[in-house]
Amino acid sequence: MKSYEVGQFATHAVKHRTLDVHKLREDFPILRQHINGKPLVYLDNAATSQKPKIVIERLRRFYAEQNANIHRGLYQLSEIATEAYERARVTVQQFIGAASSKEIIFTRGATEAINLVAQTFGRQRLSAGDEVLVTYLEHHSNIVPWQLLCEEKGAILRAVPINDAGELLLTDYERLLNQRTRMLAITHVSNALGTINPLKFIIELAKRQNIPVLVDGAQGVPHLPVNVSDLACDFYVFSGHKLFGPTGTGVLYGKADLLEGMPPYQGGGDMILSVSFEKTIFNHLPYKFEAGTPNIAGVIGLATAISYIEGIGLEQISAHEQELLTYATGRLGEIKGLRLIGTARDKAAVLSFTLAGIHPHDIGTVLDQEGIAIRAGHHCAQPIMQHFGIPASARASLAFYNTKEEVDALVAGLYKVITLFR
Amino acid sequence: MSDLQELYQEVILDHNRHPRNFHRLAGADRIANGDNPLCGDQISLYLKLSGNKLEDVSFEGTGCAISIASASLMTEAIRNKTCDEAKLLLEQFRKLVMGEEVAIANNLGKLAVFAGVSEFPVRVKCATLAWHTLNAALENRIAAPVTTE
Repeated sequence: MKSYEVGQFATHAVKHRTLDVHKLREDFPILRQHINGKPLVYLDNAATSQKPKIVIERLRRFYAEQNANIHRGLYQLSEIATEAYERARVTVQQFIGAASSKEIIFTRGATEAINLVAQTFGRQRLSAGDEVLVTYLEHHSNIVPWQLLCEEKGAILRAVPINDAGELLLTDYERLLNQRTRMLAITHVSNALGTINPLKFIIELAKRQNIPVLVDGAQGVPHLPVNVSDLACDFYVFSGHKLFGPTGTGVLYGKADLLEGMPPYQGGGDMILSVSFEKTIFNHLPYKFEAGTPNIAGVIGLATAISYIEGIGLEQISAHEQELLTYATGRLGEIKGLRLIGTARDKAAVLSFTLAGIHPHDIGTVLDQEGIAIRAGHHCAQPIMQHFGIPASARASLAFYNTKEEVDALVAGLYKVITLFR
Repeated sequence: MSDLQELYQEVILDHNRHPRNFHRLAGADRIANGDNPLCGDQISLYLKLSGNKLEDVSFEGTGCAISIASASLMTEAIRNKTCDEAKLLLEQFRKLVMGEEVAIANNLGKLAVFAGVSEFPVRVKCATLAWHTLNAALENRIAAPVTTE
């Protein structure tokens, strides 16, 4: 009888946690679509996520009813737009646990946010012979901005290597930190492999040597609860479009004292207090870093997306995705000749793989005929591909709206691929 | 599946499984490398010239079925052709896979199997990689270093 009771309790607990995915899917108009006569199975969420209708509707409402430039007009519409835009900043601040909303800078995306930090903060700190540390798990967007800066300054770019599971080698990391290290730029979650980095440990080690840390959270925020104060990182960046929000939006979180000390990134309107041909006085935070008219509608839409996923709960999202990951790992494991690339113990729902003798592009084309969207290629992470000795991989990256049925469709599709090419 | 069968014709699948002239060419006069950075496709093309004639052709590389089969079939098609004939073929092949001139398939022999590619715009660059590489090799007037095995 006791085991029965335990079972009942477990069922109850699971029920409490489980998302009603089929109901949530109704929030996403695009998921009702058919591609090549088959229901769309969208498994390319690491590239970009789909948008709930509440976000689409918010953009429409802004343009239809509230459109005006911000921080300028003395009229009501402009006040409404300004208020919505600044409220979005507070939404983001609370979402990632920043101390103040002035630490939230809106950008075009994670890429622009990283470039901003490299070109202002990085440029100030770096001299010839200094080192910037990145990792093998980085997206090109967290490599190239640092590489450009290092080349210009005569500094050295170093990278923390990974093991064959796709996890960072932490002893190598510790060894690579030294007195010349001026910056650590590291991803939260690998876009190509799904590896979740042990950030708290990593940041703590860097902090012992007063090394500033930038975290690329593009693949973090859509899948995990994030608190930047708890992480104690100096900068955290992410893109809105991977977080169920509009394209062309992104966030740079930076500690206020660091942001204060940084020169502006771009010059223009909104980032100044006064301009004469002799001298310009820059605006306060966060406006100093927001030159020109920003993506007002997009930012407001991003706040709507954040409220939407907070309503679902990131703990619940994460639990559902972990369940999907376990299921998908098992199902893909049944396929003969399939090699899973990236098997980290702590992993987000990303399944990168190769099929023996079949190029990822051919996999992608055949699956597309089945209505299944995956990514095939190097995922803008060529150092990872080099580590595993492959030119490319196929990648299914899941979001909370994906289901086990969709994983089954992927597996059925892969058997079709194999039949065609054998 | 009909578009798919149109794309992956048996000849293409066969040349992907067993690429012809797939090796380094000792004594090559021209070597060119072709890269599809977005896909990670990479081929090296070797030409051995006798006057204006392509006496021998071979290639090596990695890529999808379309790019490997295209390279394999190309090496067969251009062997013993003159450089000008190869360039004409290149132009005709481009028109075929771009869907610009469907009737051109009649002139192309086995290469006509690539007609289906025009239905898959993202795969056009896979089909043309080897041909772009050929163009680079033909344009290259300086003899590339001969490789030694």
